[in-house]
Amino acid sequence: MSESQQKQKTGGGEGGESNTSGEGAKKLAKKGEALKEEMDSLMDEIDEVLEENAEEFVKNYVQRGGQ
Amino acid sequence: MAIPKVMGTEIEYGITVKNDRDFDPISSCVLLVNAYREERAARILWDYDQENPLADARGFQVDGEKYTPNQQENIARNKTLENGARYYVDHAHPEYSCPEVTNPRDLVIHEKAGERIVEISRREACALLPEGMQMLIHKNNSDHKGNSYGSHENYLMDRRTSFKQIVEHMMPFFVSRQVYAGAGKVGSENRAPRCDYQLSQRADFFETEVALDTMVKRPIINTRDEPHADREKYRRLHVIVGDANMSEYTIWLRQGTTALVLSMIEDGAVSRDLSLRDPVRAIKEVSHDPGLQQTVELQNGKRLTAVQLQAEYLDLAQRYAAGRQLEPWYGETLTEWATTLAALERDPMELADRIDWVIKKVMIERFMERKGVDWESAQVQMMDLQYHDIRPDKGLYHLLERQGQVRRIVTDAETIRAISEPPEDTRAYFRGHCLKRYGDQVFGVNWDSISFGVGDEPIKRVLMAEPLKGSKAHVAELLQRSKDAAELVRNLRA
Repeated sequence: MSESQQKQKTGGGEGGESNTSGEGAKKLAKKGEALKEEMDSLMDEIDEVLEENAEEFVKNYVQRGGQ
Repeated sequence: MAIPKVMGTEIEYGITVKNDRDFDPISSCVLLVNAYREERAARILWDYDQENPLADARGFQVDGEKYTPNQQENIARNKTLENGARYYVDHAHPEYSCPEVTNPRDLVIHEKAGERIVEISRREACALLPEGMQMLIHKNNSDHKGNSYGSHENYLMDRRTSFKQIVEHMMPFFVSRQVYAGAGKVGSENRAPRCDYQLSQRADFFETEVALDTMVKRPIINTRDEPHADREKYRRLHVIVGDANMSEYTIWLRQGTTALVLSMIEDGAVSRDLSLRDPVRAIKEVSHDPGLQQTVELQNGKRLTAVQLQAEYLDLAQRYAAGRQLEPWYGETLTEWATTLAALERDPMELADRIDWVIKKVMIERFMERKGVDWESAQVQMMDLQYHDIRPDKGLYHLLERQGQVRRIVTDAETIRAISEPPEDTRAYFRGHCLKRYGDQVFGVNWDSISFGVGDEPIKRVLMAEPLKGSKAHVAELLQRSKDAAELVRNLRA
């Protein structure tokens, strides 16, 4: 939140753009999209690597007590 | 004046073999440890003569049988490595004890090098298994069925500091430290109340406050009095309450804050009484509340959250450090400790790139949202396990690291180097380089000794009672001019 506000301020000061808040919102939306994409790609990768027989694996995962 | 906080960790890993109906953990461990090919480690004994795990820091000797394996079994179960570490079979788990280091950052390097060594041997061991079977290793502490195994930390302490003081001041610290040191766990076990998710892998297993045991009725503070150094001068605090952490930042902060508070105890700087009314109950209550709102009762009747308890220690630590000449890592620890506690007060989710229990929780919650599953689902329980899978291509922590989503403390190059190179500023340097240079003549090793078999002469044991001696500065020149072990022993006597 504060980061985007700061960016807006700097933008206004440097270029004197009339529509700084619109730019800021666009940037924020872009950032949000990037984050979502990142998350989607993480979830896709988890799908790829996660043990297929999760139920059986979890059931059979028994360790002896240690220290 | 507090003594240097020489430190190290011992990690017991979970082991399993997929598709093996007759899976036997002990023989699998032996296969794993022996699959690690560091030639010279193949026939060096671990020197049990120097071990005394039954001595109690409260001042008595406990009855019991000391474990001493025969020679063949000894060699099959113990590997001393050129980086100064010990890689071995402990009960039914592979265990990696890293070499002694002097600061939290080096500790991260060497604990992470240990993960790589276990992974290298896992791959080698897999090649020896029948087709269709696969060995998997997890750096975790529980099978979620009531069986736990440890990740222990060790810190060098001044013998003059009374054990009673350590117990008094460390108990509330250990109960509350899990707010940033916990590795996170789905569900509960060992008859603890039901929960979806908790901070710690281990909290459910602590049943008493102070004791010598590590396997049954586990204590929050372990009294093992086995300094592996000059026992007139030192003790080694053997910390069994911690979790196996994956995140470099979490490991680093856990080591730094703990070592800092121990230094403060040695200097008499923990001046507040933060004693808890019921630490065993409190450690579970704190672990079972990821919202961090749970308060615990102090002896004086006050109630504080775990984060508030930690803030008390931080405040004392800031006062302690002001105006003192301390190693740089103390200052770095103070800064990050403060940042972390502030974030935990505001919103723990801010730490989703650095604190294990938060990283894991955020990842699982996003997965649950996307898949429409809950905490009871097998996939979620699988994610909890697989977060700790040490395979770089399958482990979920490694996946996050690869995607640049977790904060790093050290570089890959540093951890790779530490697979074969010991730290330079402790006796691990001497141990490691003796193995490199005179490996054929090394007969046995322990933390505080190394013995050589030179020709027909009796075995010569070199004692290393000072953890900071035997560093590169001390012995590089000596090693340089001793072309074999016989000459080394002669030069040491001269």
